[in-house]
Amino acid sequence: MKRTLNFNIFRYNPQDPASHPHMEAYTLQETAGMTLFIALNQIRELQAPSLAFDFVCRAGVCGSCSMLINGRPRLACRTLTESLPDTITLLPLPTFELIADLSVNSGKWMRAMSERLETWVHSVEETDLDRIELPMDPDLAEHIYELDRCIECGCCVTACGTAQMREDFIGAVGINKIARFKADPRDQRNDQDYYAVVGDDDGVFGCMSLLGCQDVCPKELSLQTQIAYIRRKMAFAGL
Amino acid sequence: MKMMITKHPSAWPARFDLMQSATGLFLALFMWLHMFFVSSILLGKDAMWTVARFFEGYFFFGTNFPLLVSGFVALIFSLIIIHSALALRKFPANWKQYSRFWQHMRSMRHADTTLWLVQVVTGFIMFFLASVHLYVMLSRPELIGPYASADRVWSLRMWPLYLLLLFAVELHGAVGLYRLAIKWGWFDRGDPQSTRRRLKTAKWIMSIFFLVLGLATLAAYIKIGIDHSANVGELYTPSWMEVQQ
Repeated sequence: MKRTLNFNIFRYNPQDPASHPHMEAYTLQETAGMTLFIALNQIRELQAPSLAFDFVCRAGVCGSCSMLINGRPRLACRTLTESLPDTITLLPLPTFELIADLSVNSGKWMRAMSERLETWVHSVEETDLDRIELPMDPDLAEHIYELDRCIECGCCVTACGTAQMREDFIGAVGINKIARFKADPRDQRNDQDYYAVVGDDDGVFGCMSLLGCQDVCPKELSLQTQIAYIRRKMAFAGL
Repeated sequence: MKMMITKHPSAWPARFDLMQSATGLFLALFMWLHMFFVSSILLGKDAMWTVARFFEGYFFFGTNFPLLVSGFVALIFSLIIIHSALALRKFPANWKQYSRFWQHMRSMRHADTTLWLVQVVTGFIMFFLASVHLYVMLSRPELIGPYASADRVWSLRMWPLYLLLLFAVELHGAVGLYRLAIKWGWFDRGDPQSTRRRLKTAKWIMSIFFLVLGLATLAAYIKIGIDHSANVGELYTPSWMEVQQ
C-alpha cells in the first residue's frame, strides 16, 4: 500500500544572515524501493530547490549522505523508506561543522583526526618506488582490507556518547584506523608509537564501550573487537 | 613516509584505565559474594551468626577479632574511593556535557547508551549510601549478627538506605561487569555480537537474581528486627551455645 510520508527536515544556512535554524515539513508519496536519497532528491526537485544535502555514490560507498534519521545516524542512500514510519525526521550529523541543512563538513573532522593519529604508513627507510612491493600473506591482506573498508561517514562518531560530550575524542573511526596500521607490516611503528597518539582519554581510554558505533556502522565493521584489541595493546604498552 | 612521532606520552592514562577496570572487577565480584554472606540469614540465624563470626576469626583463633572485619572494610572502602575517583573522569563535567549526553541518549534510543546513564546515576547514589554503610561496618564490626544487623535495619531505620543501596549496587555491578567484558574483549572467541547478546542476557539474569535475593534478605532482617525491637542491643547467641548453657 502506498503511503504518504511526512518529512520534518532541519533547514539552516549559516552563510545566509537571514536564515535561522528551524524544521520544515514536506510530504511525499512513497514509491516501491524508495530510499531516503531518492526521497530527498524528489523533495529538492519538486518542493525545496534550496535544500542542501550531500551525496556522491548513491550506493553506500562514499559515506557522504550520512544524517540523523529519526534520531539515529545512517546513510540516506542505504535507508529504504519502507523501513521507517510515516513520519521521518532528518537532521544533520552533530559533531561536524554544518555547511547547510543536512550537509556537514565531516571531511574537515576526518582530516584533522587523520593528521593527529598520523594515519599513514610510517617507515624509517626511504621508499624505492622502482622496487616491487614485498608479498603479503593473503589472510593478512584480507584483514587489512576489512579494516580499510571504513568510508569515514561519521556515523560512529555521531552515535558515540563520549564524542558527543568530549569534542577531542577520536571516535571508533580513529581507533579502527590505528588497528588497520598496526596490522600492516609496512608500518614500522611499535606499540609505544601508537600509544603516543591514542594512549589517553581523548584516545582509546576515553571509550566507554557504549557500542553505539558498532550498532550503527553502515559497513558493519568489527569496531567492538578493534577497540578492545587496541585498548588491550595500549594498556600494556603504557605500563 | 618517515617516522614522525616524537611525543613522550604519560603512562598514567593506561594505569588509570587498568586500575578503574581492576577495582571495578574486584568490587563487583565482592558484592556478589557479600550478598551470599548477608543472605545466609535466609538459612537461619545460626547460619548468619556462623558467617559473621567466621570473618572475625572465631573458628581459627577461638575468639573474635572484629578488627579483622574493620581491616577488610577499610580495604573495600579504599577501593571504592579509588574506583570512584577514577570513574569521575568519565562523568559529564558540566551542564553542556550533561545536556548533550541526555539529548544524544534520547535521540539514539540505544540500550547500552542508556545503561551508561544508569551506571552514572547508581554510582553517584553509592558515593553517599555506601559510605554510610561502610563507616558503620568500619567502626562497629562486632555488631554484625542476626540481632545486631536486624536491629540496625529496623530499629535504627537503616532499611530505606539498604533498599536503595541494593538496587544501586546490583544494577551498577552487573552493568559494570558486562561493560568490562565488552571493553577488554573477554569471551570474544568467534562471534563478538553473539557473545555480546549472551553477556547482556547474563547481566539481566544476575541483576534480577541478586535483587530478588537481596529483597528477600532485607525482608528477613526487617522481620527479625520487628520481632526483636523490644530488646534492641541484645546480641544473638547461637542455638547450640544456649543448649550448653
